[in-house]
Amino acid sequence: MRKSLIILTGLIVIWQAIVLLTGAPSFIVPAPLEVAQALFVHSNLIALHASVTIVEIIAGLLLGCAIGIASAWLILEFRPVRDWFLPVLVASQALPVFAIAPVLMLWFGFGMGSKIAMATLIIYFPVTAALYDGLRNTDAGWIDMARIMGASKHTVLKYIRLPAALPSLGSGLRIAAAVAPIGAVVGEWVGSSSGLGYLMLHANARSQIDLMFAALIVLAVFAVLLYFGIDLLIRKTIFWQTETNFEAT
Amino acid sequence: MISVAVQVSLNYGEHRIFDDFRLTLESGRLICLLGKSGSGKSTLLRFIAGLISPKITKGEAVASDDRPLSGRIAWMAQQDLLLPWLKVIDNVTVGSLLRGESSQRQRQSALSLLADLELEGVDQKFPHELSGGMRQRVALARTLIEDRPVNLLDEPFSGLDASTRYQLQDLACKMLANRTTLLVTHDPLEAVRMADSIYVLGGHPARVARPIDPPGKPPRSLSDSNANIAYAELMEQMNHPESVSDA
Repeated sequence: MRKSLIILTGLIVIWQAIVLLTGAPSFIVPAPLEVAQALFVHSNLIALHASVTIVEIIAGLLLGCAIGIASAWLILEFRPVRDWFLPVLVASQALPVFAIAPVLMLWFGFGMGSKIAMATLIIYFPVTAALYDGLRNTDAGWIDMARIMGASKHTVLKYIRLPAALPSLGSGLRIAAAVAPIGAVVGEWVGSSSGLGYLMLHANARSQIDLMFAALIVLAVFAVLLYFGIDLLIRKTIFWQTETNFEAT
Repeated sequence: MISVAVQVSLNYGEHRIFDDFRLTLESGRLICLLGKSGSGKSTLLRFIAGLISPKITKGEAVASDDRPLSGRIAWMAQQDLLLPWLKVIDNVTVGSLLRGESSQRQRQSALSLLADLELEGVDQKFPHELSGGMRQRVALARTLIEDRPVNLLDEPFSGLDASTRYQLQDLACKMLANRTTLLVTHDPLEAVRMADSIYVLGGHPARVARPIDPPGKPPRSLSDSNANIAYAELMEQMNHPESVSDA
């Protein structure tokens, strides 16, 4: 905790130093103090828009994970699903969200729906790919043991494959947590009447650079909290994995 | 108690591992198959356990009572294969979990087995909290609780340090006494200490020579001079397979 405070202070000092050294005017790079002022003055406005974005991100994360986990299982279990579905899955990722955004807007409307859809889409792939990888790379020794003991496909999945895939799923979730805000914010840029993305776009258009930075910082802080929250949850769940420390060994 | 007659031919691609290879696991005895790495001994064990696709094998492992072997085998591998997300007690009874039976029934026998293996008080711990020797003892308990007529051990102690291995060999001998067992190992010392009858596996395709039956009851002590003579003889067979007559 103390360490993160020091790091935070350090970053702010560096930011202030850059502003001072380059002499950049405040409509290019506002100083930390100006942004803090904007944060304070517009706190109600920012909170209103932030809550919209946060709901979009969390909803997208939950939906993306649920659909991703279900897909990974389907791909593993049913051969035809794998053959038909895998190309679609990869294509969904190859197309940039920016390109699909207008279509999603058309289908899911101007409101939260299309943003949640976008966040879901961007989260879906890392979760599916990571879990599928984890599920099919189970240690062969465990599978041999289970076969000799007379296990069923179902119990092998429940007691061996699924728990063994949790570390992989964890990696997918970490990536998902890091990219989730992109989906929501891109959606807000393409078309919306609320959310941090909307706020940034409009603050920028009106040269309220300090407000734009304030919104950016709120988004960044939320993203960091989300990432570390999920990271902590994963480490608590996968308690048997101890981190190896290079310096200590 | 049953004995098992094994007869097998097996190819990996062009590579002929076994050509009409025969071996009998006699009922109630601990047979040891000794061989260098790559001699095909683990493959044979996997064949008996039914883990090798019938596409590349010919032959079968037949039980003396003519019933299928499947479901009547307990297996122990070099890796402990403990599931890190299950407590020790659940790892011991994992067979019933995997068969969808209630593990509650086995709980009491699991606890007494753990006590026999000098593992009191660890039943609620997780595998990562145990030492390598303790983990392998839990794996032994998991094998024994299955209580199968045929036990297959694939280099079960080769990952352990010398003194822990010695201890575990004693324990395993005690617990496996009078069970039909096939032990596969590359360590002649382990063979001499634990086996009723030792076959040295070598050559391409793999063959076994006449078995060596060291005198005395396992676990044999190293101070036993008979054990040392058998050890020397096995070493000789392993290093000069051509000088040995076929069984």
